Amino acid sequence: MSFMPVILWSDALVFLLLASGIATAWYIRRREHLLLPWRRVAQSATAMVSLLVLSLFLLVGLLDTLHYRAALPKTNGGETVYSPEVLSVFDKLVEPLRLQTEKTYSAPFALTLYAKETMSDAQGNVLHDYPRLRYGGVYLADVSQRDGDVLKRALLGALGGLLAGLLIALSSRRWLAQRSLPLRAMLIATLTLAALTGATTYLASAYHVLGTDKVGQDVLYLALKSIRTGLIIGTVTTLVTLPLALLLGIAAGYLRGWVDDVIQYVYTVLSSIPSVLLIAAAGLKMLVSIDTHPHWFENCAARADLRLVFLCLILGVTSWTGLCRLLRGETLKLRELEYIQAAQSFGVSSFRILMRHIMPNVMHIILIALVMDFSALVLAEAVLSYVGVGVDPSMISFGTMINAARLEMGREPMVWWALAAAFGFMLVLVLAANLFADAVRDAFDPRLNRTEGGA
Amino acid sequence: MLAYLLRRILYAVPILIGVNLLTFTLFFVVNTPDDMARMQLGIKRVTPEAIEKWKQQRGYDKPLLVNSAASGAGKITDTIFWQKSASMFAFDFGYSDDGRSISREIQTRMMPSLAIALPTFLIGLVAYVSFALLMTLFRATALDIAGVALCVLLMSVSGLFYIIGGQFLVSKLWHLVPISGYDGGMNGFKFVVLPILIGVVSGIGSSSRWYRTIFLEEIGKDYVRTARAKGLSELRVLFAHVLKNAMIPILTGVVVVIPLLFMGSLLTESFFGIPGLGSYTIDAINAQDFSVVRAMVFLGSVLYIAGLILTDISYTIVDPRVRLS
Repeated sequence: MSFMPVILWSDALVFLLLASGIATAWYIRRREHLLLPWRRVAQSATAMVSLLVLSLFLLVGLLDTLHYRAALPKTNGGETVYSPEVLSVFDKLVEPLRLQTEKTYSAPFALTLYAKETMSDAQGNVLHDYPRLRYGGVYLADVSQRDGDVLKRALLGALGGLLAGLLIALSSRRWLAQRSLPLRAMLIATLTLAALTGATTYLASAYHVLGTDKVGQDVLYLALKSIRTGLIIGTVTTLVTLPLALLLGIAAGYLRGWVDDVIQYVYTVLSSIPSVLLIAAAGLKMLVSIDTHPHWFENCAARADLRLVFLCLILGVTSWTGLCRLLRGETLKLRELEYIQAAQSFGVSSFRILMRHIMPNVMHIILIALVMDFSALVLAEAVLSYVGVGVDPSMISFGTMINAARLEMGREPMVWWALAAAFGFMLVLVLAANLFADAVRDAFDPRLNRTEGGA
Repeated sequence: MLAYLLRRILYAVPILIGVNLLTFTLFFVVNTPDDMARMQLGIKRVTPEAIEKWKQQRGYDKPLLVNSAASGAGKITDTIFWQKSASMFAFDFGYSDDGRSISREIQTRMMPSLAIALPTFLIGLVAYVSFALLMTLFRATALDIAGVALCVLLMSVSGLFYIIGGQFLVSKLWHLVPISGYDGGMNGFKFVVLPILIGVVSGIGSSSRWYRTIFLEEIGKDYVRTARAKGLSELRVLFAHVLKNAMIPILTGVVVVIPLLFMGSLLTESFFGIPGLGSYTIDAINAQDFSVVRAMVFLGSVLYIAGLILTDISYTIVDPRVRLS
C-alpha cells in the first residue's frame, strides 16, 4: 500500500460525532412530529443559505480529518517505510498550495517578495531590489501583465465554477422540487459559492491569493487548514458538555433531595470561577502534564492533536453548567405535569420516566444551546490561543494565525493579509453559524408564537 | 434583611471551600510540585537537588495534606494545603515567582483595571439599553430588522479584531491617541479613551440583542395594553412602563459583573499595556507563575459570589414585591 491511514484522537471523535449525527437524522426522518420543526428551518432562506456556507466549511474540515502517512520510496527491497509526516486528504488535494512556499512575506497576488534584497544579476552587477517569487506568477514577464492575467483567471475560474454549480443544481432539481424550500435563495447562494470557489481555485494555482506569511507559507492554505481546528473546538466540546449537562441536569431536577443539592453545589462552585481563569488554570496544568510526559506521544502531530482534544475537554468541563441549570429548571417544571404524575402512579420506574417522558421534552433546549454555543466556542479558540492556553503552536488555527500576524502590525508598510484572512474566514464561519442557530431557535422554541400556524 | 445577608454570606463559605479544594487539586494533585519544578527548570538535565531547592524556595517542600513528621497542630498547618490554599481565606496570597507580595500587587493594580472597566461598563449599559429601546420602538419595521442584522454581524466578529482594528485605525492611521500605555490621574485620559470605546463597541451586538428580546417579551404583556388603552404615547409606555418592568431580567445579568470589574479584562489590558489585574493574570499565565493564577482564580470567585449577593439586594430596590427574608 502506498499509504497508511492514521486515525488521530480528534479524528476518532469527529467520526463518532458524524455517526451519531447521521443516526439522529435517520431517527428523525421517520418521525413526523420531530421532523416538523426542521421543516420550518428548511423554509427559512437565511437558514438554508448559511447551511450551504457551513456545509462548504464542513466539507473542507472533513477532508482535512482523513489522515494518512504516505509510503516513502523503497530503498533496498525491504519493508515499506512510511513517512513520519501525517497528512490529510485535504493536504493532498491542495498539494501545490502546501508545498509551494516562498522565502518570506509576499502580498496577495504579488510577483515579488515583500522586502528588498541584495542580489546579483546575470552580468554580476549587485542590485538592491524586490526579488521575484519562486511560484507566484512565475510565467509572467513583468508586473504590467499581472492585472490582465488575474482578471482572465478570475473570470475563467468563476465561469467554470458557475457551470459546475449549475450542474449540481440541475442534477438535484427533481429531489429539491418535492420539498418546500427557498429554492431561489439557495440557487443564488450555490452559484455564488461555486463561482467564488472556482475563481479562487484557478487563481490559487498561479498566485498566492492571500499572500504568504513569515516563513513563506500560503495564507490561503493556512486559513483553510484552520477551519478544521475551529470546527473541532466547536463540535467535539459538545461531546463533553452534553452528557454531563443532560444527565446531571435532569437528575437534579427530577430526583431533587440530596442529589439536587450535590449537583447544584458542584455547578455553583464551577460557575463561580470566572471561566477564562478556570480554562487558563486547567490549560496551564495540561501544559505541565504534556511537557513532563513526552513519552506519551509518538510524534509532533499526535501531541498537537492530543492537546486539541484536551482543550475541548477543558472547555467542555468548564461550560456545561449553564445548560445544566437550564435543564434542571425545565425538569422541575415538567415533573409536576399531569402526564408525568400519571406515569408515576402507574408505577413506571424513574429511569424510564426520565428516558421516555422528560428527555424528549427537553431536547429543544439542548439543541438550541448546542447550536448557540458553537460560534462562541470558535471565537473562544482565538482568544485562548492569544492568552497562551489554546491549541499547540504547531497546529494551524485561527488563533495561532492571528497570534503570529499580530506582531506584524507594527511593520511599515504593514503586513495585513494574514490577519485579514484569519478574521475574514472566522467572520464568515461564525456569522453563518449564528444565522443558522437563530433559525433553529425560532423553529424549536415553543415560547415563540407562530402566526403561520405550523404545518 | 441583615439576617438574610448573613445567611447568604454563610452560604458562600462552602462554595468558596469548594473553589479552594478545586484549585488545590488542580494545582497540587494533578501535577505535583515536582512536575512544576521540572517544567520551570527545563525538562531534561535537571538534578533532584535543583528541584528540591526550587520547591524549598516556594514552600512546596511539604506534604500535601497531613504532615506526619510535625507534632501537634503542625500536623495540619505545616502542609501545602494549609499554607498555600487555606490561607487564601484570609486573603493571604503569598508571593509571586519574582518574590513580590501578591496582595500588594492586587491592591496597586486594581485602580488601573477599574479605570478601564468601570467606564466601559457604565457607558456600555446606557448605550446598549438605548439601542435596544430604539429597536423596540421601531419593532417589525425595516429599521428594527437592520438593527438586528447589525447586531448579529457585530457579535460574529472576534473580540481580537475590535482591539487590533481599533488600534490600527484610531492610533496608527489617525494618530488620535497613543497605541498603548497608562498614566494615573487626568493625564491617563488619552490612554483610556480607546480601550473604553473598543470595550463598548465589542459588546454592542450581543447585549443590545439580548435587551431587545427582554423588552419585546415585556411589550406583549397585559399592562402594556392597558397603558396604551389609557391613551399613553408609545414613548411613555416604553420608558415609564416597559423599561421599569424589564429591570429585573436586566439586573440579573448586569449586577453580577459589577464586582468582577475589579479584575479588569485580560485582552484589553494586555493589548493596551495597562498595568491592571488582567494583564497581571496574562503575564502570570505566560510566565507559568502558578501562585498568581491560583490567587486570581480565588479572587475571581469571591467577587462573583459578592456579585450574586448584590444582585439579590438590587431586586429589593427595583421591585418592592421582592422581600428578602
